Amino acid sequence: MDLFTFIKPKNELEQSEEAVVNRPYVPDEMWSKCPDCGTLLLTTDIEENFHVCSKCNHHFRIGSRKRIEMISDKDTFSEIDADFVSKNIIDFPGYDEKLESNKRRSGEKDSVVCGTCKIDGIETVIISMTAEFMMGSMGTVTGDKITRAFEYAVDNGLPVIAFTVSGGARMQEGILSLMQMAKTSGAVKMHSDAGLLYITVLTDPTSGGVTASFAMEGDIILAEPGALIAFAGPRVIEQTIRQKLPKDFQTAEFLQEKGFVDKVVDRRYLKETLANLLRIHNYTEVQ
Amino acid sequence: MSAYDNVLAARSTNKLTSLDYINALFGDSFIELHGDRNFADDKAVVGGVGMLNNMPVTVIGLEKGRNTKERMERNFGAAHPEGYRKALRLMKQAEKFHRPILCFVDTSGAFCGIGAEERGQGHAIATNLMEMMALKTPVLSVFIGEGGSGGAIALAVADEVWMMENSVYSVISPEGCASILWKDSSKAAEAAECLKMTAKDLFELGVVERILREPKASDQKMFESMKLLICRTFEKNLAVSGEDLAKLRYHRFRKIGQQ
Repeated sequence: MDLFTFIKPKNELEQSEEAVVNRPYVPDEMWSKCPDCGTLLLTTDIEENFHVCSKCNHHFRIGSRKRIEMISDKDTFSEIDADFVSKNIIDFPGYDEKLESNKRRSGEKDSVVCGTCKIDGIETVIISMTAEFMMGSMGTVTGDKITRAFEYAVDNGLPVIAFTVSGGARMQEGILSLMQMAKTSGAVKMHSDAGLLYITVLTDPTSGGVTASFAMEGDIILAEPGALIAFAGPRVIEQTIRQKLPKDFQTAEFLQEKGFVDKVVDRRYLKETLANLLRIHNYTEVQ
Repeated sequence: MSAYDNVLAARSTNKLTSLDYINALFGDSFIELHGDRNFADDKAVVGGVGMLNNMPVTVIGLEKGRNTKERMERNFGAAHPEGYRKALRLMKQAEKFHRPILCFVDTSGAFCGIGAEERGQGHAIATNLMEMMALKTPVLSVFIGEGGSGGAIALAVADEVWMMENSVYSVISPEGCASILWKDSSKAAEAAECLKMTAKDLFELGVVERILREPKASDQKMFESMKLLICRTFEKNLAVSGEDLAKLRYHRFRKIGQQ
């Protein structure tokens, strides 16, 4: 069989929304092309390398469960509020269908998975968003799950680690999604006032209402290399100011330089870094 | 009036701005305080202290400007991070002296630009949301025109949120919504309906506590009754302990979209 029939041309992926949501950067095919350097890589090699391109260090987007699997000790993850499902509260046209198709495609009920897990034996609450469900947008279920995860952490004296990826607030839920920014921020504040540690890991892309709420509220803010991190997306800014944006504007490295990210961390060292940070904050292994 | 007519009314340049309200309510007692003590004084945000009847109050407003020159100066009410940081500085000051805080919201949104991103627009808004939720002093936000998304909620984590009858509050502008969803920004009127962004819609959704009739510039009687209403609300909330007030505020937002 011709090798190249396995590969979708990049522009085809960009054109169709279905394809973007479905499998933009982690294709099921045998071979995948790195969107950054164009190198043809064996999909199994990418998987073994934490979904990072071995040539150029490009970090492929990964789903929320893959993320948890990479970061937690084997079989320690226990999900909370797994059965929460978004509803079309304000009767937004087309939203019911959109929810259905996103559920089908992603296998998730919403854009965030929350629970507890152990990292090097240390127990923590984990919040993991996925771009596969409505581009990680924050609706009421998303906001409520995140809020409840922080409340659970307060009740149990646990730290929180949040992996963010989001296009922002979910407009199909109107003002109610905007309110989740305040709600999650209130929960972060409560957790913070209880003296507990909150680490955020910003991944590609983190933007809009998520950037302007719990993503930027960590005691320690880490980011993955090359991740787009923005309040307003680059296209919106270009349209507003009618200027071309500088290269590397709004990347993780740019934010570190400007003082808004503590450290850009390669995914392959992320678990180790998180475990270290937990230990430094006096969280210890539990049996 | 359709939802989109309401949007247009909220954007009208004939509308009273934050400074109009501040002058009408506080008169000569208002003293403006400038700057975020860090980067600059953002003119899209006005803030200061004054007396409301006999009550010392911190007042902060997103200011669009009243004529073309002013509007340019004030960046049409689109604040930069330093604007939100100035607001937070004044709120913390109010908390220290246990003064109630009155916010006026009127903005198409937080400014989208290179400087705004470089100086952490997301971080500035996030910090306001977090800190406002825990303020141990009464906070009241009044929407007087446009309430554009993150740039509006950054001054609206309050014990109560009130809206002028012709103001709007939304997660995204109807134009933005239409262009993302239907690739056609001319369908803004349709989007405005769908977004449920009018004062009446928001009242029904439980997001705002009160809708106010809009005063005319010359109608001092209406401002007097508005002043009375605000003072009564502050008095009621000053009787509650700071800790409890913060808890109630959290609960107010906690229940929105609760599963």
